[in-house]
Amino acid sequence: MFKGQRGGLLRSYALIAPLFLFLLATFLLPVGMILWRSVFDPELRAALPATAVELSSWSGQGLPPAAAYTALAGDLRNVDGASLASLSRRLSYENPGFRALLQSTKRKLEAAPAGVTPDLATLDPQWRANSTWQAMKRAAGPVGTFHILSALDLRRNYETGIGPARPGAALYRSIILRTFAIASTTAVLALVLAFPLCAFLARQSDRVRNLLLLMVLLPFWTSILVRTTAWLALLQDRGVINTLLMEMGLIDQPMKLLYNRIGVITALVHVMLPFMIFPLLASMRSIDPRLFRAALSLGATPLYAFRRVYLPQVMPGVMAGTLMVFVVTLGFYVTPMLVGGPGDQMISYYIALYTTGTLNWGLASSLGLILLVVTLLLYAVQNALLRRSGVGVR
Amino acid sequence: MSGIRQTPAGRFGHFGLGLTAALVLAFLMAPLIVIVLFSFKDSGDFAFPITGWSLKWYRTFFTTQTWMEALKNSLILAVSTTLLATPLGTMAALGLAAPQLPGRRLISAFLLIPMIAPVVIVGIGMYFVFSMAGLTATLPGLILGHTSLAVPFVVVTVSAALTGLDRRLLWAAASMGAPPFLAFRKVTLPAILPGVASGALFAFATSLDEVVVTMFLAGPGQRTLPREMFTIARDTLTPTIAAAATVLIAASIVLLIASNALSRPGTSSAR
Repeated sequence: MFKGQRGGLLRSYALIAPLFLFLLATFLLPVGMILWRSVFDPELRAALPATAVELSSWSGQGLPPAAAYTALAGDLRNVDGASLASLSRRLSYENPGFRALLQSTKRKLEAAPAGVTPDLATLDPQWRANSTWQAMKRAAGPVGTFHILSALDLRRNYETGIGPARPGAALYRSIILRTFAIASTTAVLALVLAFPLCAFLARQSDRVRNLLLLMVLLPFWTSILVRTTAWLALLQDRGVINTLLMEMGLIDQPMKLLYNRIGVITALVHVMLPFMIFPLLASMRSIDPRLFRAALSLGATPLYAFRRVYLPQVMPGVMAGTLMVFVVTLGFYVTPMLVGGPGDQMISYYIALYTTGTLNWGLASSLGLILLVVTLLLYAVQNALLRRSGVGVR
Repeated sequence: MSGIRQTPAGRFGHFGLGLTAALVLAFLMAPLIVIVLFSFKDSGDFAFPITGWSLKWYRTFFTTQTWMEALKNSLILAVSTTLLATPLGTMAALGLAAPQLPGRRLISAFLLIPMIAPVVIVGIGMYFVFSMAGLTATLPGLILGHTSLAVPFVVVTVSAALTGLDRRLLWAAASMGAPPFLAFRKVTLPAILPGVASGALFAFATSLDEVVVTMFLAGPGQRTLPREMFTIARDTLTPTIAAAATVLIAASIVLLIASNALSRPGTSSAR
């Protein structure tokens, strides 16, 4: 018996193994690559190897020892154009002036007579500033927290600790907050729309409900791009909605519904609504309607019975649906890009932009890491909630 | 229910609920209906009301080489993804069905993560890794990418079908001397086949809908329907896109009918 069981377990693992290995290669490895790139900081070590060693042992306070100056002068003389260019790009994330500083210092070093190493501090006053050397140390790699801190608008200062990267301007944090705002608005509106619909559907006979559910399932099975395109057509200045509102005399001028937050939320709620309806309907159908009637017959007002009897029972479905909509919306990319304006783009847009546009892979990966961590945390919370409540979705 | 209906306020509440439900259903269906109507509109804009009707946008769609190429590529991709994802996912679901499997919850959480992971992260990560393996801008690369997004749906649907399977049937088969494979072929497989088929439908639909991973992995010549639609929608909306959308909606209706036919009566329609 025991032997047979062990054979069964081996067979189970053997059945799972192909998919496990497949996802390891096509999913986990790619996602792991993002995590790796968010801490990978190789440019300075590649361009200025001796300097990187000196910077790593320097405390970051005051000015580095003379050995660092000598190492930098030597490295700058030897560095090739391509390495210097990628180092310039990396250091320009700190300060755009670095490109010019590195170029001019290298030129002056090469102009000096052979065998003589000029003092860097006399070539450019910036080499006498702690901030210049701190920026170099932050880039000394091969791994570091610079990109992750940047994605949170933070920067490590070796003299004063971690603080705001740019005083007064929280660039990436506002993108993260905007993403959360759009996702939570979408989740709340989807709940507001789904709740009455599900309450209605839960009361119908199986036949009527299944028939009406077709109107939920068809959009659900339809390509997101088709639905987004449809909203592009609907929300135009001379589109269906504006024309109808003007015909009814509600407005004189077409309202601006596209390329702003209204358009994004409308399309997102439409795309996500089925994800709210399925778990909510499942939890509403599992309720015994006699409990509500019992509360009424015992003298509870409908509102009181709703709040104390009905609501607690549908809460698992509400939580499951809301979390699901929120988590999935966090990662949206295509829909906001098509119906939103520049101020409505979500974090995925910037991840893609920094990857393919400005080629700041460290920052893109760090923003990706933040999105991934939030998503996985909420996924774990949702799994725990579902296990506790027993509402089976997905 | 009757308790609420007795009072006038209850009757009004019931009516209000029905009206709200109708409005929400209208909100869900309106965009699909409108885009279908516009695909038959004579003039080349999306202004309302529609005055003249025509089939010319379908003629454009079915005679434009780029659209036809996109349609062909989308179908090739979706079929290949389905053929790869269905056996992989079914096998894994069968393995996960062993109730006492150590690490079962963790493994199944891992196998399902692609459903929830932000697709841009997946797309960029795949781009990094696949470009090292020379798989970007190739058909196999796209198939692998789509499969890893589609396969969790197969695992979920087959697992759901397996929970409905009465394990005593397997014990009975074994007690009568059936070797495991025979029991699988004669008992398990027929019982889970609808689940396998609806998993395959989900895989097909996922691939047909996929655009973000495609954008990162595909070469300039590798058009798919969603990618082509994205390019046009970002630029200027032409009515041909409404014809393309209608073709995809028709495909969704076919998939929906097939999936409804597969889900046996009594099971939840929520996936």
